[in-house]
Amino acid sequence: MPAPIRLRELIRTIRTARTQAEEREMIQKECAAIRSSFREEDNTYRCRNVAKLLYMHMLGYPAHFGQLECLKLIASQKFTDKRIGYLGAMLLLDERQDVHLLMTNCIKNDLNHSTQYVQGLALCTLGCMGSSEMCRDLAGEVEKLLKTSNSYLRKKAALCAVHVIRKVPELMEMFLPATKNLLSEKNHGVLHTSVVLLTEMCERSPDMLAHFRKLVPQLVRILKNLIMSGYSPEHDVSGISDPFLQVRILRLLRILGKGDDDSSEAMNDILAQVATNTETSKNVGNAILYETVLTIMDIKSESGLRVLAINILGRFLLNNDKNIRYVALTSLLKTVQTDHNAVQRHRSTIVDCLKDLDVSIKRRAMELSFALVNGNNIRGMMKELLYFLDSCDPEFKADCASGVFLAAEKYAPSKRWHIDTIMRVLTTAGSYVRDDSVPNLIQLITNSVEMHAYTVQRLYKALLDDISQQPLVQVASWCIGEYGDLLVSGQCEEEEPIQVTEDEVLDVLEGLLVSNLSTPVTRGYALTAIMKLSTRFTSVNRIKKVVSIYGSSIDVELQQRAVEYNALFKKYDHMRPALLERMPIMEKTASNGPTEIVQTNGEAEPSVVEAKHPPPVTQPTNQANDLLDLLGGNDVVPVIQTTVPTKPASAGGELLDLLGDLSLSGIPPMTAYNKNGLKIDFTFERANPNPNIAVITIHASNSTEADMTDFVFQAAVPKTFQLQLLSPSSNVVPTLNQGTVTQVIRVLNPQKQQLRMRIKLTYTHKGSAVQDLAEVNNFPPQSWQ
Amino acid sequence: MNNVATLESAHDPAVSESTGILRLQGLITGLQGFIWAAYKMMRFLLLFSRQGKLRLQKWFTPLTDREKKKVIRDMMMLVLARPPRSCNFLQWRDLKIVYKRYASLYFCAGLEDKDNELLALEVLHRYVELLDKYFGNVCELDIIFNFEKAYFILDEFLMGGEILETSKLAVGVSMEEADTLQETMEEYMSKPAY
Repeated sequence: MPAPIRLRELIRTIRTARTQAEEREMIQKECAAIRSSFREEDNTYRCRNVAKLLYMHMLGYPAHFGQLECLKLIASQKFTDKRIGYLGAMLLLDERQDVHLLMTNCIKNDLNHSTQYVQGLALCTLGCMGSSEMCRDLAGEVEKLLKTSNSYLRKKAALCAVHVIRKVPELMEMFLPATKNLLSEKNHGVLHTSVVLLTEMCERSPDMLAHFRKLVPQLVRILKNLIMSGYSPEHDVSGISDPFLQVRILRLLRILGKGDDDSSEAMNDILAQVATNTETSKNVGNAILYETVLTIMDIKSESGLRVLAINILGRFLLNNDKNIRYVALTSLLKTVQTDHNAVQRHRSTIVDCLKDLDVSIKRRAMELSFALVNGNNIRGMMKELLYFLDSCDPEFKADCASGVFLAAEKYAPSKRWHIDTIMRVLTTAGSYVRDDSVPNLIQLITNSVEMHAYTVQRLYKALLDDISQQPLVQVASWCIGEYGDLLVSGQCEEEEPIQVTEDEVLDVLEGLLVSNLSTPVTRGYALTAIMKLSTRFTSVNRIKKVVSIYGSSIDVELQQRAVEYNALFKKYDHMRPALLERMPIMEKTASNGPTEIVQTNGEAEPSVVEAKHPPPVTQPTNQANDLLDLLGGNDVVPVIQTTVPTKPASAGGELLDLLGDLSLSGIPPMTAYNKNGLKIDFTFERANPNPNIAVITIHASNSTEADMTDFVFQAAVPKTFQLQLLSPSSNVVPTLNQGTVTQVIRVLNPQKQQLRMRIKLTYTHKGSAVQDLAEVNNFPPQSWQ
Repeated sequence: MNNVATLESAHDPAVSESTGILRLQGLITGLQGFIWAAYKMMRFLLLFSRQGKLRLQKWFTPLTDREKKKVIRDMMMLVLARPPRSCNFLQWRDLKIVYKRYASLYFCAGLEDKDNELLALEVLHRYVELLDKYFGNVCELDIIFNFEKAYFILDEFLMGGEILETSKLAVGVSMEEADTLQETMEEYMSKPAY
């Protein structure tokens, strides 16, 4: 029997294969040879055969018949055999196969072997793929090796212990005694793996965490030595001494310092030192800085350190290296909720990143930009984001469009601006907007009563330019159907009214019906729009003709609509005006309403946005009911009322009107709170046109000799009210009345009840945190009547 | 590829009291049949060529063969499609993917969300340096023909997704000493003409 072909010979042969088929043939031939060799229980060449099998496995061919052979290799006395055997076990076996349990005994023996490299192999295999049962069986051996003085074994045992703990957390306490002196090691390998082990234990058990807090001074010392020590060639990476160990220590410090004042204080200095002294010209320095920043943000660091951290991130944003910019954006995204104001300071840099060439960076920048949008910066931000929407790759457009809609809904400074923004999105990225935007937009447009003429005019002009973007076309047809009369009569106030005749409008709508670009859904919109115009236009005959033509359309949906509209003309003509009337203001559904803006805090009953349902409408005759469904069309549920809609009781509509104009109303100001040098005055305005909304501006002033920092004002109102708190001007109330902090509160009071408010104040004064609650009952009657 | 969505990995700690010691057990989150264990530095390390040939695969979590193949396919697809001067990070499911190209080989690692990507780049670089020191001006062919050695070196550097040894010298010494224990030196050390 000739000796089996050598491994590297086989590799060379397989690489000469010119086709996949040729390769497969070679592999099959060799596999057959290997199989027969295994059957013969050939000890000499088993190692060679398994190695070849592993190569073929990497190419993607099945190798499961070699699993038992790996076990035999592991049991062999030869080091070569063991090495390949363990490698094979790690590649071919995992805990899903029962076969792997057979390894347990071998591993146990090898853990006690006289040669440290054999012990190392066993530890490595156990630490990479040991199952829970194996870990349970062998934990004792690992624990023993953790206490040995041999640093080669000790470091491997430490990481093996980490794996054991991950698999069987109950065994964690068993390793506790062995951790006693781990940090006194000089060997960096042992030190690093020990820190990993300690980290794992602290992450899993609050008791362990408390127990290991006492190590903070020692860790700080080790880190300090690393930074201050001179050049050590063995551990040097671009001038930095063992960055891997530094980062690991920083991470452990983060876990130990979180939520604990003493530990955090003990590490303040070293963190500041690392943050300021680390060389930033290479990636490795920045990796350490990055970890430092993460640690500073997580522990109870003093504010100066936090500012340093955010500034480091800000500098990262300006770095030439893309990776670092990406990492900065990712970190800022995580901190934007907690340190919003600090991140806002870097807003312009972040917005610049939208223009970056790198896709990953653009995406992060977009997410972060949306997180930073607020009432104060909405105009500027939206300009940038719309520009981004114009020029970005298609993969971003859908998300960006949705983000723009959401932001516009929350913070639009005026109705006109809101409509213009929507128009911009629809015309530039119209084909990418999500399907649910169409009904949302229709709802928004309907509820912006005074903008109807302007909206329909702009949409009409957009249609003249381009009918390929379906969402735009659908919204436009719907609007023309509703407000076509305004279009034709040239009533637009916001911009120069265009001269349009009824025929021209009908031409456009009919054009949609016949165009190849229109989807069936769009055609449905167009037909319904034409029908609605029969009560708004005079050229009814033309409309009747169109409707009757489509009565024989191949499209079932269109045909049904046309037939029913026809019936409306013929048999129910007397009902037509009522049925095709203007849509009233619609209910906003809870999912995307302004409920998120409502901020209430404290222990008082928080105000709840109740979805008020419109009063029930008496139904006309049954046949008219069937026809009512036609005019549903979209996903929005309209309520057919025979009266012109007045101010609705719906919560959503009210808050939309919040964004209308403000005007001073002559309501006297009042002092809401005056204690310990902090005085808070309220001034009032009424939001036009909605008299149910009171706009209160708080002015906080400080007559003591020290600043009040981290000042947070929170308010809560009874259930029948709704509250909206905008961002404060700052969170520092300067000393000796040198300035005030202002913040705007909007209160919706539909039931005109007496306004009451509970306020909660927190601030830091002369180093200590102050908190106070107060009731405000002395509102002047004009503010709520 | 527009389904590269980022998923928040949900960690639901189940706290149970036992003999007065509180224990936090990380539950395992399932993602479409994948089982990812929580709290690991690196989930996997892959080496592959520009032509999509796998040269090394190291898995630090238990996965089925099918799952492994899927990950490999996805990684190759994502990484090979990246334009030349892109940043070295991308998001895939709930993992950060860090990749770096060295000559004709891509080194690709999957990290947990809370891991330090910049350091991961250093880890990849360190591994390349170790290979270079061992093989002397390492090239892809070295790794093809001596894949088992590449694994041995990796196992002296990383274990369970964590760094085992931070000293280049120490890893080199371990490899040298272990190699001397090889019984059939001739075959092991032979360098056939490629």
